[in-house]
Amino acid sequence: MALCTPIEGVRSVGPAALAVLMSVFGSVPCACAEDTLAFDEIAPHVYAHAGAVALPSSENRGDTSNFGFVVGDEAVAVIDAGGSLPVAREALAAIRRVTDKPVRYLILTHMHPDHVFGSRIFKDAGATIVGSAALGDALAARSDTYLASYRDQLGPALVEGVELLPPDRSVDGSLTLDLGHRALRLQTWPTAHTNTDLTVLDTTSGTLFAGDLVFLEHLPVIDGSLTGWLKDIESLKALPAARVVPGHGPSVAPFPAALEPEARYLETLKRDLDADIDAGLRLENAAASAAASEAANWQLFDAYNPRNATAAYAELEWQ
Amino acid sequence: MSQSIFTGRSRMAAVLAIGLTAAAMSAPSGAKAAEPGADEVWQGLVTDVFEGKPMQDGTGIVSLEAPARAADPALVPVTLSVDPTRHIRKLTLVIDHNPAPVAASFTLGDGAGVTRIETRVRVNAYTDIHLVGEADDGTLYVTSRYVKAAGGCAAPASKDPAAAARSIGQMKLRRFGAAEGSGGTRDEAQLMIRHPNNSGLQKDQVTLLYIPAHFITELTVARGERTLFTMEGGISISEDPSFRFDYRADTPEPFHVKAVDTENMTFAHDFPADAS
Ligand SMILES: [Zn+2]
Repeated sequence: MALCTPIEGVRSVGPAALAVLMSVFGSVPCACAEDTLAFDEIAPHVYAHAGAVALPSSENRGDTSNFGFVVGDEAVAVIDAGGSLPVAREALAAIRRVTDKPVRYLILTHMHPDHVFGSRIFKDAGATIVGSAALGDALAARSDTYLASYRDQLGPALVEGVELLPPDRSVDGSLTLDLGHRALRLQTWPTAHTNTDLTVLDTTSGTLFAGDLVFLEHLPVIDGSLTGWLKDIESLKALPAARVVPGHGPSVAPFPAALEPEARYLETLKRDLDADIDAGLRLENAAASAAASEAANWQLFDAYNPRNATAAYAELEWQ
Repeated sequence: MSQSIFTGRSRMAAVLAIGLTAAAMSAPSGAKAAEPGADEVWQGLVTDVFEGKPMQDGTGIVSLEAPARAADPALVPVTLSVDPTRHIRKLTLVIDHNPAPVAASFTLGDGAGVTRIETRVRVNAYTDIHLVGEADDGTLYVTSRYVKAAGGCAAPASKDPAAAARSIGQMKLRRFGAAEGSGGTRDEAQLMIRHPNNSGLQKDQVTLLYIPAHFITELTVARGERTLFTMEGGISISEDPSFRFDYRADTPEPFHVKAVDTENMTFAHDFPADAS
């Protein structure tokens, strides 16, 4: 943390095509005057940071989610805030190495702490916070729980000063933001990962910031609706995007192919639980075995699958 | 019923309020409430909730199943069961470290053959869960489990408040036929009720005041003319309350369910005689 991490020109992002793509556009140079976070330029004027695929901890400083920024002719939009104030501060420093244009917007893709804990830094830099119309209430309802549980996970120092700021401008449906010859199309979604999901499409480059509607490598976490998510995946496929910044996993991946792993996991979980519920299996027994065939395909499977299965059972038994 | 601990809604509310104070004073600040001090918390609850009555070891008479570690603290499955030969009339479930420890109190119907009730609860901390059975003669029998979970009660009740508001009061009854191990003498069913069972521990964004709790306080499940069980509920029963239970298998009868919540909303539903 104290030292500036040298940034490689090409990060290991999986598909070879993307590696080529990224070596063309390169990464944010680091002059090491202050700590900056590593952002890949995944398309011209579009940058993304890959957080660790791990549970938030003091070691990773809550840097466990992906986020990024888009630079227009007049202004910058940051999409998600990072999982702690130091992480957000280093992200702002990285933006400042790319451009001195104002950070006009901080767009939040959903309510989870790993995506919003850094909000204060961008708000203080003058950004207007934009999010789903459901985000304000969702954050308010969870604020005490989130702060308490993250104090345990990250340690109190990293949570000191964190504020769960509500959006200054809310979106219910779609909204286009202009950064100066650069239109970002924001869209909210029926309850899926959460009830506050919002995506951002950079129309110029065809890059989709999906928030946690797209997971890669990291097991998808269901904090909304399994059936809603499966429906949203069908609609997401129709978006005119060539690449996606997933909420967790590599900084960038081809789209819509990136939807396939999570669709497979969610469908497997649903199929297993539907069969268990049909057979009269109790929640605890069903949750212990559902989607076991997916275990080898994901990181953090044991950390999240039992909870996913428990919540999904309670959802599916009403169907 | 005269020996019942809770004789009415106001008494229940009073007990919940007393419990709330007791837990607020004694609950540890962190999530890692461990064994030390756990006994004092329980002793306080015995005084507040059970008027300090002596309790017998309930082993073999009442039993409680719960996971050692909860996968989802908002949905922790618990199974309450009784030895049908011991004439247990009332079962009270207490989650020691929850903000309102009395989760629910079930009264079993006379001759209904209910020996087992499974439900789901919110668990707010690492905590003991106690099950107290009251026999016909007033004797109290106790058993307990230690559960590791965190964040259940304080976590918001609903993942989709808009959807929850639209579906409040809907009910579903599933019938599973003969209960396992009953030799065909008891059948098994599951009652599901759509209700946010809001814990009231969430802040309103605008007023910054806590949203009042909104939960089911009274539930009656009857079959034909016979009451299978009644429940007086607290805020620790999970959203969309679910009860899976057994009952004496005899002639087909319709089920009648009635629930009343803290806002005095009444939800009633009749289910036709066991379909075959
Ligand atoms: Zn998330």
